[in-house]
Amino acid sequence: MQALAIGYALLFYAATALFVVGVAVKIRGYARTPAPLKIPTTPAPTTTSGVALRMTREVVFFESLFKSNKWTWIFGWMFHGALLLVLLRHVRYFQEPVWTPIVFVQFFGTYAGFAMVAGLAGLWARRFLVARVRYISTPSDHLHLALLLAIGLSGLAMRFVAHTDIVAVKAFMLGLMRFSIQPLPADPVLLVHLGLVALLMIVFPISKLLHAPGLFFSPTRNQADDPREARHLAAWAAAMDKK
Amino acid sequence: MAAAKFETPALKPYPVIPLIAEGAMAHSKPFVAPAKIQEAVGFPGELTEGWEQRAVAKMGELLDKYRSLRVYMDACVHCGACSDKCHYFLGTGDPKNMPVARQDLMRGVYRRYFTFAGKHFPKLVGAVDLTKEVLDDWWSYYNQCSECRRCSVFCPYGIDTAEVTMAAREIMDSVGLGQKYANEIIGKVHRIGNNLGIPEPALADTLAGLEEDTKDDTGVDVRFPMDEKGAEVLLVTPSADFFSEPHVESLIGYAKVFHAAGISWTLSSKASEAGNFGLFIGNYEQLRTIALRIREAALELGVKRIVVGECGHAWRVAYSFWNTLVGIGAGGKDPFAIELQNQLDPRHKQPTHICELTYDLIQRGALKFDKEKNDDRIITFHDSCNVARASRMGDMPGGQFVIPREIIKAVANNFHDMAPGTICESTFCCGGGGGLLTDDLMELRVKGALPRMEALKNVVDGHGVNFMATICAICKAQFSKVLPYYGFDMSLVGGVHQLVSKAIRL
Repeated sequence: MQALAIGYALLFYAATALFVVGVAVKIRGYARTPAPLKIPTTPAPTTTSGVALRMTREVVFFESLFKSNKWTWIFGWMFHGALLLVLLRHVRYFQEPVWTPIVFVQFFGTYAGFAMVAGLAGLWARRFLVARVRYISTPSDHLHLALLLAIGLSGLAMRFVAHTDIVAVKAFMLGLMRFSIQPLPADPVLLVHLGLVALLMIVFPISKLLHAPGLFFSPTRNQADDPREARHLAAWAAAMDKK
Repeated sequence: MAAAKFETPALKPYPVIPLIAEGAMAHSKPFVAPAKIQEAVGFPGELTEGWEQRAVAKMGELLDKYRSLRVYMDACVHCGACSDKCHYFLGTGDPKNMPVARQDLMRGVYRRYFTFAGKHFPKLVGAVDLTKEVLDDWWSYYNQCSECRRCSVFCPYGIDTAEVTMAAREIMDSVGLGQKYANEIIGKVHRIGNNLGIPEPALADTLAGLEEDTKDDTGVDVRFPMDEKGAEVLLVTPSADFFSEPHVESLIGYAKVFHAAGISWTLSSKASEAGNFGLFIGNYEQLRTIALRIREAALELGVKRIVVGECGHAWRVAYSFWNTLVGIGAGGKDPFAIELQNQLDPRHKQPTHICELTYDLIQRGALKFDKEKNDDRIITFHDSCNVARASRMGDMPGGQFVIPREIIKAVANNFHDMAPGTICESTFCCGGGGGLLTDDLMELRVKGALPRMEALKNVVDGHGVNFMATICAICKAQFSKVLPYYGFDMSLVGGVHQLVSKAIRL
C-alpha cells in the first residue's frame, strides 16, 4: 500500500518534471530560432492585433482545419473541446476549497468524457477507413489515440461503472503538491488511469503532441503581413549587409 | 529529351479525389546538374563520399536558421487535412505527393538524427537513416512540389510544405545534387543578367523592335526605354516578357500604361529579370545576391519607384522579401536600407506591382479604355499561387484577388470566375511553378495541371470562356504548353496587361 503510493508519487514527480522541462526546452528552441523571412500564408492580417485574432480563431475554432475537412474538424474539435472540459473538471482534485467555476464545470466535464471518447473514436476510424490517412499513419499515431482513448475510458469507468475512493485520490493529489505522500487506493482502474496520464505527460515533449505549442510559433500563422512597411531582419541575415 | 510516354488524365465534370497509387510517379526525376553548372553557383559538383554526414549537418544548420523548419518538423499530427489538397497528388494519385507524405520524407530523417524518440525507437515514429534510397526519394518527390503553399492554407498548424521542399533542395544542393534547370538559370542571371540569357544588345534590339511594332499598331510613339538615368520608375519584369508569347503582349501593356499616364520609366540591362530562382532552391545567399542586382540598378539609375511586372514568384520575393534581403521597401533603420529608402519616393509602396500601379491610375481616372475592344473575349482569371498565398496588393488583405479582377472588369465587358474552391487563396498551381518548368518533367507538369484544367473546362463549357488571364510568366509558359494536352487552344492564356493593352486609349 505504502510502496504503491510512493511509487506513483515518484512517477508523477518524474512525469511532471519531464513534461515541464521537456516542453520548456522545446519552446525555448522554437523561440530562439529566428524566422528570417516574412512567410505568412496570405491573405493575412496586417497588424499584430489582427494576428492575435487569427491565432485565436485557429486555437479556438480550428479555422484552417474547418476549411479543409469537415469530418476531421468535427471529431478533432469535439475531442479537444471535451478534453478541455474534462481537464477543468479535474482541477477539483488539486485544490481545497474548490473554485466556483470549477464547481460549475463539473456537470459538463463529466459528460464531456463521452464526447472526448467519441471524438477519439472518430479520429481513429479515419486512420482505418480513409486510404490516404491510413497510408500516412504510423504506429505512433495509433498508439497516441490508444493512449488517449484508454485514459478516457478508464476515467469514465470510474465515474459510471466502478467508483473509486475519490476522497482518498484527492487526498493523495493534494499531498503530492505538499510533498507529503498520502495513501493511494489500490484500485486497478485508477492505477491504469493515473499510469497512462503520467505516460502521456512523459511522451508529450518528444512526440507530435508538440503541435500544441508549435502552432503559436508557426510563422505562416503568427506573422503580420507588413513586409513593405517594416524591415524584417534575422541576426544571421543582418550580418550580410555589413560585408 | 524524349520523355517516356504518358497518358493525359481525363477531365471530369466535378473534382474527384483519386485513389492512392503507390509509386505512380517514382520515376519522375529532373535532370541532375552537371558539375560545371553546380560549381558556377557555388555548390559542390557532385555527390561524393561522406555526403550523408554533410547532409545531416546541413539539416542541423537549417533547423537552427529557420524557425519554420524546426516547428514544422515537430508539429505535424498526421491528421490528413492536407492529403487531398496538392494538385500533384490530385493529378497523379501518388501518395508521396500528399503534402504530409512529402514532408515525412524529411521528417523521418529529422526524427532519426535530431529527436529522442527517433534515435531510440525509430520504427515506432517512422524514423529512417539517410541512405541513398531515401535520397532518391527526396530527389524525385522534392522535385514534384511547386512550393505553391496550397497545403499551408488548410493545415491546422500552418505547416508549409514549400519551406520543407526548399530546405530539402538546399540540403541536396549542398552535397552536390542540384537540379539542372534551376541552377543553370541561376548561373545565367549572374553571368548575363536574366534567366533567359538575353545579352544586352539583343535586349536593346528587341525593345527597339517593340517600339516600331507598337507605332505600327497604334500610330503612337510608345517608348520602351532601357538604362535611362533619372527615370521615375524602374520596371523589373520577368525576362520572358521580352521574348515569349503571350508574355510580350503584357510588356506592351505596361509600356502603354506608363505612356498614357505620363510616367517616365526605364528597364535596366543589369536587372533585366524579376524572377529569382534562389527562392525555388531555398538558398538565402542566392536569393539575396540575385535581389542585390535590382538594388544596385535602382541606386545607379536614381529611380524613385520600383515596379514589378507580371510574375508570380518574383512578386513574392519582391513584396515579401526584398525589404529584408536588400532594403527595397520602407521602415529600414540601418544604413544599408536607409541609403536606398531615402532615394525612393515614400508616397508610393515600394516595390509596387504593375497591377497596383494600373489599378491606382484607373481609380484616379487617369486611364481611359475602349472596353468593347475586348468584346471578342469571355475572360476568367487564374490566381497565381505565389501572388495569392504569399503576397498582397493594395492596402487590404486579399487585395491580390480584387485588384487584378477589377482591372479586367475595367478593360473588358465579359468576366466569369472559376469555381470558388479553385481560385483566390484556394487557387491551384498551374503545375509548372517552383522550378519545375522544364521539359524533363513534362509528365508531372501535365498531370499537375489537371485540377486547374477541370475548373477551366467548367467555365469554358458553362460560360463560353475563351481567355484565361493570369499575372505570372511561369503560369503563362506552363499553360501555353499544357493546354493543348487537354484539348484547349494555347492562345487561351494571356496576361492581364495584354487585355489592358488592347483596350487602353493612348
